[in-house]
Amino acid sequence: MLQEIIFAGFGGQGVLLMGQILSLGALEQGNEVSWLPSYGPEMRGGTANCSVVISDTPIGSPLVLKPNAAVVMNQPSMEKFEDAITPGGVMLVNSSIIPLKAHREDITTHYVPCNAIAEELGNAKVANVVMLGAYIGATGAVSFDAVMAAIRAKFAGKKAALIEINEKALRAGMDAVK
Amino acid sequence: MTTKVLFEKTKVLTDVPFHYCPGCGHGIVHRLVAEVIEEMGLAPTTIGVAPVGCAVFAYDYFNVDMFEAAHGRAPAVATGIKRVQPDKCVFTYQGDGDLASIGTAEIVHAAHRGEKITTIFINNAIYGMTGGQMAPTTLVGQKTTTSPKGRDKDWSGSPIRVAEMLATIEGSAYIERCAVNSNANIIRTKKAIRKAFETQMAGKGFSLIEILSPCPTNWGQSPVEAMKWLEDNMIPYYPLGVMKEV
Amino acid sequence: MAKKLMKGCEAIAEAAVQAGCRCYFGYPITPQTDIPEYLSARMPEVGGVFVQAESEIAAANMVYGAAGAGARVMTSSSSPGISLKQEALSTIAGAELPCVVLNVMRGGPGIGGIAPSQGDYYQATRGGGHGDYRQIVLAPASVQEAADIMYGSFALADKYRMIVMVLADGFIGQMMEPVDLPMGATPEVEKPWAATGWTPESDRPRAVINSLYIKEPDLTKLHERFAARYAEIEANEVRYEAYQLEDAEFVIYAYGTMARICKSAIAILANEGIKVGMVRPITLWPFPTKAVYEAAALDSVKSTLTVEISAGQMFDDVRIGVNGVKPTEFLGYAGSKIPTVDEIVAKIKSMKGVE
Repeated sequence: MLQEIIFAGFGGQGVLLMGQILSLGALEQGNEVSWLPSYGPEMRGGTANCSVVISDTPIGSPLVLKPNAAVVMNQPSMEKFEDAITPGGVMLVNSSIIPLKAHREDITTHYVPCNAIAEELGNAKVANVVMLGAYIGATGAVSFDAVMAAIRAKFAGKKAALIEINEKALRAGMDAVK
Repeated sequence: MTTKVLFEKTKVLTDVPFHYCPGCGHGIVHRLVAEVIEEMGLAPTTIGVAPVGCAVFAYDYFNVDMFEAAHGRAPAVATGIKRVQPDKCVFTYQGDGDLASIGTAEIVHAAHRGEKITTIFINNAIYGMTGGQMAPTTLVGQKTTTSPKGRDKDWSGSPIRVAEMLATIEGSAYIERCAVNSNANIIRTKKAIRKAFETQMAGKGFSLIEILSPCPTNWGQSPVEAMKWLEDNMIPYYPLGVMKEV
Repeated sequence: MAKKLMKGCEAIAEAAVQAGCRCYFGYPITPQTDIPEYLSARMPEVGGVFVQAESEIAAANMVYGAAGAGARVMTSSSSPGISLKQEALSTIAGAELPCVVLNVMRGGPGIGGIAPSQGDYYQATRGGGHGDYRQIVLAPASVQEAADIMYGSFALADKYRMIVMVLADGFIGQMMEPVDLPMGATPEVEKPWAATGWTPESDRPRAVINSLYIKEPDLTKLHERFAARYAEIEANEVRYEAYQLEDAEFVIYAYGTMARICKSAIAILANEGIKVGMVRPITLWPFPTKAVYEAAALDSVKSTLTVEISAGQMFDDVRIGVNGVKPTEFLGYAGSKIPTVDEIVAKIKSMKGVE
């Protein structure tokens, strides 16, 4: 297995965290993994993205230029990364705020209204975890249990109260791409 | 016949002969610093930092563990030493090119952090080692090899008063300006140096003694003329006294 | 111990603490500010020293003071900050003191950019500051290797009384990967030369920590000591990774993250039946000159390719190593433009003469 994923969106949409939780989940299920953020001034309010590579074997390039999956949380990210996805790849689109439809026909596109789903669950902040659920639902790259273990580790201690809502969000995301 | 010892050189100076010019103040100040270290019983725990400038070979003269620092960086080097050996007595010995020009950031921030070190600052209003160029402390009108018509205030600014400046910084604990142009002033200088080391060892913060010191060679004067020039020209611009004591 | 997902900078900083480093002086600069941030919290926990200096210049001179006082000490920065530190690094080299310096490289010259680069190879391997001196330079290619290298650097610096520079690119600093952190302090050596307070009754000579050797032949003698030490290091400390060299038709030379990107290209080429091997220098000084030659000299090898995020700096050392035994080609860009997997694949194919 070799999954090369780009998570992209506005700063503040939890894009980097999404990648980190997925990476932790991949580590949890015994894969090799690397997480590489974009960094610098572009992080301050502009668009942010991170590359995650998950593999059965040691990882070569941690920098992903041609992802086989892209999770786009805002329109500029979709415009930037849709063309980069390898044929047969997957794109997950935050349809709550992106009105565009994919022009590529050689990839599978899922439209997930993750903001709306998160609001229905009662916490708008978990939109990123909804999207992460959609990603694992669409690709099966990392198991639900492994991602939940990562979420438990990430929200251990003071933030433990948030684990339940994040579990609901993850499941709702998976259901959205069934 | 019985003999009586009337004077003995401090053991905190080595037997290496000073290389300083006739009438230079460095030799006087070296002895004062060494005597204070000896009298306070600090020699076994003292680590000194020599500058770049006329006192570059101070590490050959002070009979304690010594460092030689890059030009102006002695306060940073002393910070490194003191932070890993906080129980030691750490001092820097710096001239006005070293401290007041290339090393202003280091001295200001050593004071700003309240580093528990002592700085002996020799102000002779000129660059000595390189042969008499203008220093930030050179007086307006004073002729040097890089201000041949005398320092022009509009062109080169007015001399910087280091003791007053550092006294404004919260982290400084003891700042005094002295001179070594007379016996009375030399005795006062020694007292000030002792006070500075006491301040350090009490953990109160940064201490600095600025010492007005003659440079007959580069001033183009005899040693006696230089003492007088210092009194007539430097002291009016650089008033003596305690600038800060906490 | 289970592996932990850690950011490169944090893994490097923690590895330094594990190795027994108790002293850090630094100044914030992207992309390595995670190091001072991490250590500002961590050093007090272990009774160590953390000072955010007023400048890179001051920080490096504090390192000089602490190293001369016998401490295990480090500083870190990124390219423009490393330039500022060179005054003190030259002084530290001249005074024969041990310390560890991390450079998380970004693009230059000048303020340059903040994206990853390998543009400081010359500066790192040719001394950096003025004067005829060397420093040991180690280049990690993963977060785990960065932690391992940082961990071992202090003992290496102590052993040879030299600067060890860890030369990482911005990827290594910012990337998260699983890490198994090395634990337990590495062996310390006696430092009878350190300035720790002295009296005439002490059982060692008075310490004078100094880089001024104004009376000949003192400076000549210093360089004779350097030459002997450097020869010993060249004989004992060369490290590199030899990767899939068996039956290789082409050899790639690359270091740091660039070597990882090359591995992805090598995998693609292998799928198409083109066998490519790689020599990845881990020590940039001492450079694995012999390994570079031996790989190029293999009967199966037709030609070689050096890939860097620079205009071709390590390429000079590769050419010295290959020494004309096979052709040498280069792929790379100055600044922060990174040769891509596709470009590497295309370059090797063009060297083979296929589309």
